Amino acid sequence: MIRTPLRPLARVIDARQHGQNPDRIEAAERAKRNQAVHQKLRKRAEVRLTLLGLAFFLGFAAIGGKMALLAISEPMEPKLAYSGSKIYSQRADITDRNGAVLATNLVTTSLYAQPQKMINPVRAVEELAKVFPDINPEKLLKDFMSERKFIWVRKKISPEQQQLVHDIGDPGLLFGPREMRLYPNGSLAAHILGGTGFGKEDVRAAELVGVAGVEKYFDVRMRDPAQVDKPLQLSIDLTAQATMRRVVEGGMKIMDAKGAAAVLMDVHTGEVISMVSLPDFDPNERPRPLLKGDPSDSPLFNRAAQGVYELGSTFKLFAAAASLEKGLVTENTMIDTRGPIKWGKFKIRDFHNYGKQLSVMDVIVKSSNIGTARMAQAAGTQVQKELLGGLGLLEPTALELVEATHIKPLVPKNWSELSTMTISYGHGIAATPLHLASAYATLANGGFKVQPTLLKVEAQTAYGARILADDTSKTLMRMLRNVVTRGTASFGEVKGYSVGGKTGSADKPKPNGGYYDDKVIATFASVFPTDDPKYVLVLTLDEPSIQAAGEKRRTAGWTAVPVAAELITRLAPVLNMRPEVAGSGKVHYTQVKN
Amino acid sequence: MRSLFYLVCSAFVIGLAYWAYKENYKTQASLKEVKELQQQIAHEKETIAVLKAEWAYLNRPDRLRELVDLNFEDLQLIPLLPSHFGDSELVGYPTTIFDEIVEPVTVIGGTQP
Repeated sequence: MIRTPLRPLARVIDARQHGQNPDRIEAAERAKRNQAVHQKLRKRAEVRLTLLGLAFFLGFAAIGGKMALLAISEPMEPKLAYSGSKIYSQRADITDRNGAVLATNLVTTSLYAQPQKMINPVRAVEELAKVFPDINPEKLLKDFMSERKFIWVRKKISPEQQQLVHDIGDPGLLFGPREMRLYPNGSLAAHILGGTGFGKEDVRAAELVGVAGVEKYFDVRMRDPAQVDKPLQLSIDLTAQATMRRVVEGGMKIMDAKGAAAVLMDVHTGEVISMVSLPDFDPNERPRPLLKGDPSDSPLFNRAAQGVYELGSTFKLFAAAASLEKGLVTENTMIDTRGPIKWGKFKIRDFHNYGKQLSVMDVIVKSSNIGTARMAQAAGTQVQKELLGGLGLLEPTALELVEATHIKPLVPKNWSELSTMTISYGHGIAATPLHLASAYATLANGGFKVQPTLLKVEAQTAYGARILADDTSKTLMRMLRNVVTRGTASFGEVKGYSVGGKTGSADKPKPNGGYYDDKVIATFASVFPTDDPKYVLVLTLDEPSIQAAGEKRRTAGWTAVPVAAELITRLAPVLNMRPEVAGSGKVHYTQVKN
Repeated sequence: MRSLFYLVCSAFVIGLAYWAYKENYKTQASLKEVKELQQQIAHEKETIAVLKAEWAYLNRPDRLRELVDLNFEDLQLIPLLPSHFGDSELVGYPTTIFDEIVEPVTVIGGTQP
């Protein structure tokens, strides 16, 4: 590079000769130099700006390009997702307390038709009618010939049927996967499980929705994807349930009853071990509810948890409990049983004349209406209300069944002194067998409130609120035991299990007032074993009658009690209860192969 | 020198390209395998569910009861009753006298002379 000096000598000499200021030459040169530097800097800045702009442009272009790609590409599932926790069924299983399956899902096939794709609708209908005999060919053909683009033929078909439909070979007949709910045990525990139906339907899948029972109560939990792999474990024991259903069914036939309900409950935890209501139904093909007439005539009606009945003399124990708890009487206090008690037009009578007086124990053992009415009158309405309320007999139970959540016992609107007296022996108040079972569980477990539940209790943490003193509970158990050993429930004795219980026979109310003379609800509420109560069993027979000892018998002592005794004989061994044999231990053993 | 450098570089690039090509196909093969396995798992799970349902169905109390009734002559099973509970004292002491053990017995994990 040739460096130009600031004061080139030739020009300075020349300027001096002409009398000019040579400093101006220097200034001009300096300005020239500065301009060159300036231009260089400007150029560099320009390059930098362009580069920066380019970088920004590339950045934005990358983001924009990716966005455009995402927007135009087809969505797809990530192929490498871990499949271990993938959901394969959409509804959790239900099992009994030992893990036996009560309800599960099966993938089946649904059959639908797209008439526009059909080659020969007439032949297709003919062939379909051969595969499904109960199909209506005329209606189906009309559908196939119509403008409709989509027709459900069958919602669930078996693999064999699918093959047969395949063999028809019509391209307009199409299959879709369909999950269905299976209740492998059929009508066993039908009222507890309830049933399911299809909700939103699609060709590829259909929603399974609970329509009754625990299926509906726990619908959200059953469909919760986080819990779908965990089965819902009920408190029901499948073996006990099967045994109970079998025995109750047999007893119902022998006693010529039109319906029956039985509840077996753990007195400490309130777990319902088995619950039967007959007649029942198959939840796999749940019948439609009755549109007219009495809903309680439908097999869908759960007599144990929905049926509100006057349970008769089984309520007498509550009158005794109230008086004992308030310290008004002991089991030996004598009660005046002269009758009838007249109250206005109303008279309270006894079944037999029990003489002038009976002890509190004997009032229960002999089931004296007059005796209990006197006791209740002496204790007062408030005491009775308090106890019945404490036992949960005035509110719906907490059982996890949709049907049971709104079943409130029927009590008189105006709870007068007369009501108090009639309620003391179970008239004028109506509750479900389940209410009775949980109330008896409280009486039996030492006086703690019991919340009936259908869910397995893994480990009992605490008892409910105390309703009765421990002593009262023990006295009441002695009374129940005496009813069986020397009272109205003498057929209820089961060797080795120290059964105690109270019978109740109440006339059925007519639909338009008054009571039938020849229709009763016979109930037996029992506790076993009474010396260390474990289970409460309530059995209710609807309109039983049996020809025995020369006359037609309808009272619980002749109808419900023998059936309940058979139930305990069969249920207790199944529940791993060993018969207690007092004294010498002379037991009769039968040799069995197992 | 420079040409050698270019040669090595291009060989390296070709090698890398070949490696990337192979990896790409390996990945695609793995993805395909994973997909197949997932389908297989789904299928097996479905089968398990069906078998479980079938097992529950075949073991339903009604059917077992019928089977017991049908085979009563061979099995002689009756419902469990309170009288079926026994005492351990009632189980007979074994009367069979076993032969004296004369042969040496090898104890697992023990030393054998």
